[in-house]
Amino acid sequence: MESHDAQADHAAIREAVQKLCAGFPGPYWRALDREDRYPAEFVAALTDAGYLAALVPEEYGGAGLPLSAAAAILEEIHRSGGNGAACHAQMYVMGTLLRHGSAAQKARWLPEIAAGRLRLQAFGVTEPTSGTDTGALRTVARRDGDVFVVDGQKIWTSRAEHSDLMILLARTTPRDACAKRTDGLSVLLVDMREALGRGLTLRPIRTMMNHATTEVFLDGLRVPAENLIGEEGRGFRYVLTGMNAERILIAAECIGDAKWFVETASAYARERVVFGRPIGQNQGVQFPIAQAYARMRAAELMVREAARLYESGAPCGAEANMAKMLAAEASFEAANVCLQTHGGFGFAEEYDVERKFRETRLYQVAPISTNLILAHLAEHVLGLPRSY
Amino acid sequence: MKILVPVKRVVDYNVKIRVKPDGSGVDLANVKMSMNPFDEIAVEEAIRLKEKGKATEIVAVSIGPQQAQETIRTALAMGADRGILVKTDGVVEPLAVAKMLKAIVANESPDLVIMGKQAIDDDCNQTGQMLAALLGWAQGTFASKVEPGEGTVDVTREVDGGLQTVSLKLPAIVTTDLRLNEPRYASLPNIMKAKKKPLEETSPEALGVDVAPRLTVVSTAEPPKRQAGVKVGSVEELVQKLKNEAGVL
Repeated sequence: MESHDAQADHAAIREAVQKLCAGFPGPYWRALDREDRYPAEFVAALTDAGYLAALVPEEYGGAGLPLSAAAAILEEIHRSGGNGAACHAQMYVMGTLLRHGSAAQKARWLPEIAAGRLRLQAFGVTEPTSGTDTGALRTVARRDGDVFVVDGQKIWTSRAEHSDLMILLARTTPRDACAKRTDGLSVLLVDMREALGRGLTLRPIRTMMNHATTEVFLDGLRVPAENLIGEEGRGFRYVLTGMNAERILIAAECIGDAKWFVETASAYARERVVFGRPIGQNQGVQFPIAQAYARMRAAELMVREAARLYESGAPCGAEANMAKMLAAEASFEAANVCLQTHGGFGFAEEYDVERKFRETRLYQVAPISTNLILAHLAEHVLGLPRSY
Repeated sequence: MKILVPVKRVVDYNVKIRVKPDGSGVDLANVKMSMNPFDEIAVEEAIRLKEKGKATEIVAVSIGPQQAQETIRTALAMGADRGILVKTDGVVEPLAVAKMLKAIVANESPDLVIMGKQAIDDDCNQTGQMLAALLGWAQGTFASKVEPGEGTVDVTREVDGGLQTVSLKLPAIVTTDLRLNEPRYASLPNIMKAKKKPLEETSPEALGVDVAPRLTVVSTAEPPKRQAGVKVGSVEELVQKLKNEAGVL
């Protein structure tokens, strides 16, 4: 699978990430999975090697690399058998601050984030009653002198327990006083180190795989008004601009997963001998793997196209969403084929297939579900009536 | 102290290699290539000497095709200061490599050459020794420890009976064994910096070396396939089989 142009494909970065990941093999991830534990050592190694600051501009101490480099880093993590979800958001959540924060806010926070001394990898948007219907969110931030007082609740806020800062979306103008339902929302940067126990409560949610996610309760939390990002009331747009980068990076993780599944399935099918010959000699076994490979490559092209458009500054909402959808489908198909190829052994923890299978399934649901992507394409690309 | 580190681009150690159908060699089409692991250890040792203040400059040199510059960039990302690519396509045998390194040594005047004891592709284990002979320098091969002194370097060698320490007068050649150190992986900022470090290109002709092979490869064959084992029912049966069938007792 080494078929790309080395320069355009960040070959040196990929190779270095592979070497780093070789220090965190299957048994490391299996032990974490069993204990539902955060991969602190892996995240520290990635931070120390500078990878999580890939997208932070050089003037703030990051590497100032294009999105495709971050995609290459995350793809290689997943291709190695590991998982980047514990820290991928440290790469891109800062984008909201970078694009919309004031010079003073950027100078205060970004160098600390780039150095890894401050973790900004929690993104408080989704709520129990609103889900993807962001305009309907109920968390309210009320101005009181030089602070905002925040009341409400968030859910599926990933990594909140392992983050120092959180980007929080809250309503600052009542919905009925706004022209559009997505107006009147604002972005606040919450310093969770100060807020915990003072109006901020986190409750972890145990999930199908080892993924640190939480419910967030906001009860009279006081956030300094100077932590308002950009203009009051324009927060929905600010959050939206970061979504394309997130979609593309998650899609790259799916491509990495798909490559791991295809390579693992192929290796097993070559070695495993039943009825006197390798099972991979049977077309019934090899064709599904070849099919999964072809689907992965097709999805990979869409991921690259989306990244190319993003880097050129062109609109890429449709491509970023299609990349995420196609890559998540390709990775799950590859997961299913890999499990089937392994037969009973696929269910044994020590093969890592069942763990990766559970992990990659998430991406047809998060960070956006496939149905909403289709609704977006139908409405905005095909000109069909809005369905929701 | 200036250190020269030769690095070779070889088939990655994880790749399961395949012999070409005509037996002329190993199929390298679309195969992942990396820095020879023993050379990585050599680069790491040079960087550690620089970090300890013992070395002032590290020059990485590779002899091979254009893509060998990626191998040099890897060394630069780990911490070498600049690179030299001797561009040549096709097979280059250890003697020709040693002659080219000798020419580079004449240009660069390093105090120490640290290199892998062998490359994992052809397993020759000759270049370091040949270079020492051509230069008339001291050599410390199969190093598991390197301690520079004043105008000398102490090299602990892994030999059959245990460890042997030799003291070499500088300039000298050191070849690295597996247990000398554990090479670092490059950090992202260092990968970026490596792109801006100087990398000069030269050729065998410019160095005045004829790289035409002296050896002919007669055949290349894969190792014989392992036969399936048998299960034995008891210790007695195992001893019987070892005695009568395997003939090892």
